[in-house]
Amino acid sequence: MQFMLLFSRQGKLRLQKWYVPLSDKEKKKITRELVQTVLARKSKMCSFLEWRDLKIVYKRYASLYFCCAIEDQDNELITLEIIHRYVELLDKYFGSVCELDIIFNFEKAYFILDEFLLGGEVQETSKKNVLKAIEQADLLQEEAETPRSVLEEIGLT
Amino acid sequence: MALKMVKGSIDRMFDKNLQDLVRGIRNHKEDEAKYISQCIDEIKQELKQDNIAVKANAVCKLTYLQMLGYDISWAAFNIIEVMSASKFTFKRIGYLAASQCFHEGTDVIMLTTNQIRKDLSSPNQYDTGVALTGLSCFVTPDLARDLANDIMTLMSHTKPYIRKKAVLIMYKVFLKYPESLRPAFPRLKEKLEDPDPGVQSAAVNVICELARRNPKNYLSLAPLFFKLMTSSTNNWVLIKIIKLFGALTPLEPRLGKKLIEPLTNLIHSTSAMSLLYECVNTVIAVLISLSSGMPNHSASIQLCVQKLRILIEDSDQNLKYLGLLAMSKILKTHPKSVQSHKDLILQCLDDKDESIRLRALDLLYGMVSKKNLMEIVKKLMIHVDKAEGTTYRDELLTKIIDICSQSNYQYITNFEWYISILVELTRLEGTRHGHLIAAQMLDVAIRVKAIRKFAVSQMAMLLDNAHLIASNTQRNGICEVLYAAAWICGEFSEHLEEANQTLEAMLRPKVTTLPGHIQAVYVQNMVKLYASILQQKEQAGEKEAAQEITQLMIERLPQFVQSADLEVQERASCILQLIKYIQKLQVKEVPVAEEVIALFAGELNPVAPKAQKKVPVPEGLDLDAWINEPPSDSESEDEKPKTIFHDEEQRHSKPRHPEMDEEELARRREARKQEQANNPFYIKSSPSPQKRYQDTPGVEHIPVVQIDLSVPLKVPGMPMSDQYVKLEEERRHKQKLEKDKKKKKQKKEKRGKHHRHNSLHTESEEDIAPAHHVDIITEEMPENALPSDEDDKDPNDPYKALDIDLDKPLADSEKLPVQRHRNAEALKTPESEVPPVEKKSKKPKKKEKKHKEKEKDKGKKKEKEKKHKKEKEEKSKDKKKSKKKHHHSEEEMAESVQNGTLDDEPLPPMSSYRLLAENPYIKTTYDIQGNLQNDSQVTVSVIFENKSTSFLKSMELNVLDSLNTKMLRPEGSSVHDGIPVPFQLPPGISNEAQFVFTLQSIVMAQKLKGTLSFIVKNDEGSTHEKLDFKLHFSCASYLITTPCYR
Repeated sequence: MQFMLLFSRQGKLRLQKWYVPLSDKEKKKITRELVQTVLARKSKMCSFLEWRDLKIVYKRYASLYFCCAIEDQDNELITLEIIHRYVELLDKYFGSVCELDIIFNFEKAYFILDEFLLGGEVQETSKKNVLKAIEQADLLQEEAETPRSVLEEIGLT
Repeated sequence: MALKMVKGSIDRMFDKNLQDLVRGIRNHKEDEAKYISQCIDEIKQELKQDNIAVKANAVCKLTYLQMLGYDISWAAFNIIEVMSASKFTFKRIGYLAASQCFHEGTDVIMLTTNQIRKDLSSPNQYDTGVALTGLSCFVTPDLARDLANDIMTLMSHTKPYIRKKAVLIMYKVFLKYPESLRPAFPRLKEKLEDPDPGVQSAAVNVICELARRNPKNYLSLAPLFFKLMTSSTNNWVLIKIIKLFGALTPLEPRLGKKLIEPLTNLIHSTSAMSLLYECVNTVIAVLISLSSGMPNHSASIQLCVQKLRILIEDSDQNLKYLGLLAMSKILKTHPKSVQSHKDLILQCLDDKDESIRLRALDLLYGMVSKKNLMEIVKKLMIHVDKAEGTTYRDELLTKIIDICSQSNYQYITNFEWYISILVELTRLEGTRHGHLIAAQMLDVAIRVKAIRKFAVSQMAMLLDNAHLIASNTQRNGICEVLYAAAWICGEFSEHLEEANQTLEAMLRPKVTTLPGHIQAVYVQNMVKLYASILQQKEQAGEKEAAQEITQLMIERLPQFVQSADLEVQERASCILQLIKYIQKLQVKEVPVAEEVIALFAGELNPVAPKAQKKVPVPEGLDLDAWINEPPSDSESEDEKPKTIFHDEEQRHSKPRHPEMDEEELARRREARKQEQANNPFYIKSSPSPQKRYQDTPGVEHIPVVQIDLSVPLKVPGMPMSDQYVKLEEERRHKQKLEKDKKKKKQKKEKRGKHHRHNSLHTESEEDIAPAHHVDIITEEMPENALPSDEDDKDPNDPYKALDIDLDKPLADSEKLPVQRHRNAEALKTPESEVPPVEKKSKKPKKKEKKHKEKEKDKGKKKEKEKKHKKEKEEKSKDKKKSKKKHHHSEEEMAESVQNGTLDDEPLPPMSSYRLLAENPYIKTTYDIQGNLQNDSQVTVSVIFENKSTSFLKSMELNVLDSLNTKMLRPEGSSVHDGIPVPFQLPPGISNEAQFVFTLQSIVMAQKLKGTLSFIVKNDEGSTHEKLDFKLHFSCASYLITTPCYR
């Protein structure tokens, strides 16, 4: 997979993950172009389109579009599966996820994605394992956060 | 002071966190940009503070803004700071930000090397995990080189969580640093049998990706994968393995045969559509690669086609789409099995999803034959009428043209029908593809001679009805066809029956509303028309009629002379003058037609688009040689550059231009022609393979395809293409009855080369014999055209570098670079053999790299070359090793500067080697580095440079130890013994040696006195010399030496 984009029906980008290094300018251009093309498609249309030399696989969940770019030989259906799996993960983590969850906790959404995919390849197919990893990392974060407030108090005195 | 701190802390409490920022942006919908620029200012302030929590918060907000499209590259250094925070919370944010905004152009990225290495070896698996994840997004060739070994080690980590991440990221490392593939591959292979399914699937993923690019190197893994495929139940893994086999089978047909069975089993049994689709795709690929080998695979093809039909019939649009996509792959090799599903595909043309309709159109392109072309195009024409939305209609239009014109009009049996189709297409409103139709009209009229008469009559009709076509000049895409129509009517005006009428149509005032380039063609071609009318009238002796037509021109032309378009204006005024002159002559009753017609004599032949490129450089012509001697810039004859030039030129050009007289040249040319004519592999033109023809010497140039046309040329009434369909059916019926084998034979023979002037004889238009021939003139190519073009290959394919033989044993030189520290080597292995170190080590290194890359680019190499290369590499690596040592200190220094900031320590000055002592014989400089394995040791690297012309040997370094700092001496020697320097120095050479010191306290600066003794040997004999020095250990030198590892 080359990249994954999440955007709203209004065309606002909600998440972007690039597995190929590109300059900001290129990223922006690609994003703009893709958001436009995907939004222009009617709901009854199929989820695939050919774009440049890549294949775009997208799926809409509520007001959010999940959009992946894969290479020519990649399997479209498994990519749809990946998108679906990611949505399931978000859903499990946030408890019936909505767009606002992703907006306000966008870093969490990234962390989940990073546990699921790495370098554009699926790294963990088990939902349970992904969530376990995220929970533990979060736990670690909370432990770390407690001393932080103490530090701040020291700063105050 | 304290007050300031308190104030800072209070301020911090009011800092926005991410949620506040998001909320703020949502609340400032009207002036978002302003609000955000305010926020960025705040963030800049926050980044200036020392508190890492504040910085992390700021970076987190920046990451969000980056997603909104704001440039945050200026904060790259701050991101690195946050990455290096010790707390996971911040580190996580730092790496996230880095993975979002770092790319190969980010200059500070090299500063992260040590930090990442440290995180990779962190005891906390989540630190490691987050570093791996981040690295996967921004790994650069440098990072890949420096960290490859660390990541490789992680592939055998105890925790599967790390192992799978390490395995996956190796793929990115390979891409950036191909040299790492061979050393890492054995371990990667091991991971295919990892007990953890996640790691296993990661390894399958990586190897599959690698093998897809360069399958031949992975053939040996096939048995292993075969085992995995038959045993695995994980669909994710299965899909990857099957994909991998798809890449391998073209290279190993036996594998394909073996695969068919398990794959068909899977196709039958699986319920997962994705797996089914992958299997079908691979079976198709396998069958394509086997295509001729196995006779009984038609069952498998049938199975695939059946399954695809089910997909296409499914109500799920996605499956429908993919079914059509896969169908088009089968079409290439097994068109018959697909053609039987024509009904289904035509049905898809009615689908409400445009992308499905387009897929179906693609399929139709490959499904046409001479038999069904008319029928399919008829269906398409119906769709054109029904189609809503211009984009799809335009797509249909281009597809119709593509389908009809493919492989040089191979499937068209009746060109009148085709012209009618084109004319019908002109009725499309608002299409953008007028120029396409026009190009087809021109192409057909020029290349199919027999059709010209018909084409001209149709074009005349178009011109006559121009007002219909050009009625709406805003959407004037279609009026391009008038361009073609005018040109065809003018150029082939001899076929026009009502030339007068057409000329008048072209002179209508309405014409001036057309675009300029079309008017220009109008003006030019009306003269051609005029000329032929003139000739006609003169021959008939109708002088008055001739004068009338001249008068008409003179009256109407001025409207073009006034045109705003320069081209039109210029042509019109020119022609107006010409015609006025003709009028004068006509008044004097001088016959002029001959001369006017002479203006347009001769025919224009179609030239192939690639013709120019294919003109071969004639033998003996050196395009780089000077034609005349280059002008010299100065008068002086003996200036060096000029003479060099001179010599060179003589050397170059003389032997290449042997003097040849005209006869010789002509003889050679003739011989060459003969040779080419007799060479069956010499393809002169003919783009489609079936038009390759046998050459017979002395035959003409232009290949001609002949098609029977037993259809009468004139069709009564409107040229509706449907009528042709009917006629065609009748004709075919007749043809069936009287299958004329002789004719076929003739046909084949006549496909040979024909020279134009000879072949034209049959084509006289008056000849309306029933067995009329249609000749498709192939576009002209230059003589001696180069047979193939190699311009289709992509020279910079990133995966090419990974084309590496993985089965060869690993050479020492290929081991991954490991960051080693000097002290260990310096003590345990005296560097007596290390070649002298050059000061400017950077340059040669780069060169070597380039050289290596070049070698790689060459791609496949013979074994011999490889060996040679390896020797070279070994050599260069050795050199590199020695240079690196020299180099490292500087690099580390640069990196560690950044590390220093982590702990909010003041930055130590960027130090390089400092002068230790100097005398006329020798100069010594030194640098102090910490020992990472041992906190209480430092390493002093000393560079000795021989400044004299003598040979220096038996160098010995001794230092007077202090209580705190002692030089580490070999066991058994006393504290007063010196340490021999493990090399000798020839004149002008420098080399580096390292000495380890132990220390008690790092808070004490030290100055140690010492002496270097050595023997100077020259022609006059040898002398013993001494050089005293003071070794200065500052506290700072201890500090910067602890960059990583705890």
